[in-house]
Amino acid sequence: MEITKNTIEHIANLSRLDLTEEEKSMLLFDMKQIIAYMDKLKELDTSKVKPTAHVMQINNVFREDKSEPSYPKEKLLANAPLSEGGCFKVPKVVE
Amino acid sequence: MELCELTIHEMNEFIKHKKVSAVEITKSFLRRIEKIDFTIGSYLSVLGEDAVKRAVEVQKRIDKGEVNSYLSGIPVAIKDNICTEGIKTTCASKMLQNFVPPYNATVIKKLLEEDAVIIGKLNMDEFAMGSSTENSYFKLTKNPWDIDRVPGGSSGGAAAAVAANLTAFAIGSDTGGSIRQPASFCGVVGMKPTYGVVSRFGLIAFASSLDQIGPLTKDVTDCAIVLNSITGYDPMDSTSLNFKYPDYTKALVNDVKGLKVGIPKEYMGNGLDSEVKTAVLEAVKVLKQLGAQCEEFSFSLTEHAIAAYYIISSAEGSSNLARYDGVKYGYRAEKFSDLLDLYKKSRSEGFGTEAKRRILLGTYVLSSGYYDEYYKKALQVRTLIKNEFDEAFEKYDVVLGPAAPTTAYKFGENADNPLGMYLGDIYTVSANLAGLPGLVVPCGFDSKGLPIGLQLVSKPFGESTLLKVGFSFEQNTDHNKKARIRGELEYGI
Repeated sequence: MEITKNTIEHIANLSRLDLTEEEKSMLLFDMKQIIAYMDKLKELDTSKVKPTAHVMQINNVFREDKSEPSYPKEKLLANAPLSEGGCFKVPKVVE
Repeated sequence: MELCELTIHEMNEFIKHKKVSAVEITKSFLRRIEKIDFTIGSYLSVLGEDAVKRAVEVQKRIDKGEVNSYLSGIPVAIKDNICTEGIKTTCASKMLQNFVPPYNATVIKKLLEEDAVIIGKLNMDEFAMGSSTENSYFKLTKNPWDIDRVPGGSSGGAAAAVAANLTAFAIGSDTGGSIRQPASFCGVVGMKPTYGVVSRFGLIAFASSLDQIGPLTKDVTDCAIVLNSITGYDPMDSTSLNFKYPDYTKALVNDVKGLKVGIPKEYMGNGLDSEVKTAVLEAVKVLKQLGAQCEEFSFSLTEHAIAAYYIISSAEGSSNLARYDGVKYGYRAEKFSDLLDLYKKSRSEGFGTEAKRRILLGTYVLSSGYYDEYYKKALQVRTLIKNEFDEAFEKYDVVLGPAAPTTAYKFGENADNPLGMYLGDIYTVSANLAGLPGLVVPCGFDSKGLPIGLQLVSKPFGESTLLKVGFSFEQNTDHNKKARIRGELEYGI
């Protein structure tokens, strides 16, 4: 299906991005070009090919269920834009 | 000769025999940075006094004879997407402009254990998305061979800093060529190791199934020395490989007799600059004279690899960048109406254009209705690419080719053409898709005086083979010597 301005707006919303009109038209142009190139993959018959998400076959990497010391809370919260009482602070989410 | 022009192994000789101290070496680099980095622009932050303090401590241990590492007292600079405790780590993004990691990446821990001296953090494309370092939020990095040209990317600061003697060596990351292509553009040695041999713990993620940390150095011997330090199993990275790691310096043998080399004909065809091609063919000639058997073969999925790579890396990138929400760390917009608006405004103001482009692309190929058509398809093609490499490595020890289709280009030349920029990664992305190690070494210059890089790829855990070939090539040609910048840099500014 053709990529339109609507597609860009839909994808931007899923991505939690607000785009300016200028950005939308530029990204629409780029995306059309890039996706057209991606369509090259359709030349290949992959009906019987298993997908590879990870090249190294490592499965189920577990560790012992043992608690270990973590980083100090103050140090972690120091990077938060806003914190209070040892918690991250966000705008009200329930009415 | 200035101290900062030496390789790690040369500096180590001086340190061991007490001819110079770690402090003198560190100061030599800091002086050089002060003098020329306002022109080159490779560093995002420089640890002046802290680095000297650390060098003093290290020297005390050296004086007591407590240190027995190649890296003790050797200055290193780190790409700014690798976490350094207490030292700003920005990913060259407005999003992480003020991010100070509460912990060290495993590679940093390892380097510090060997008494290396961190002297600063290096410029890069924002979140490692790019091939020219022009996507940095903060500044441009110039190619030391011609300051009107890009250093390559995304580890552009790392390659430029090593080339211009602004650090003894650098640690970068490579998702689709981000160590190898800038190494090629700047005339230094760069290696992307096998996926899983260097811990990614503390590497700020771009595409988790492709990212790998690796060294940028002045020669192949230094590359082996740094690999010895940074490789190894790490329980903090679930993709880290647990096996007996070799001593990579043992691979530094001048002998390629009987080595089987395959050259993908698709790497030498359309789109390859003729001067780059000539230099690569010259390199093949050298290896043949040294007793290697070289022949062409077909790597038919070369162009498909680019498409698969940009689908997979953008998909993983969009997922990894979802964590930047303006809450836990990173940039938060000043004005917003509610939580959703906080997310949107913070992300829209915090990310640069290329990051947004990749987020959109990644979200698109993962979105309902397109997942099978693009994402799953790309993962299937990834299997085919891996199979094609497996077949090649039944016949060959290494696959040889250029690292990039051209030498360093001018600023802005590809900036308005994202697809064109992506296509420049054609020779490097397949090694990431298949998890293979790749080494780039200098193999000459074009008529503009710009360095050309030779790329060697091997099967998983083939680092030692690559080092052996790279070392032999370096010993039997003068390309490395010519690619080492000596003396003062005069930029006439």
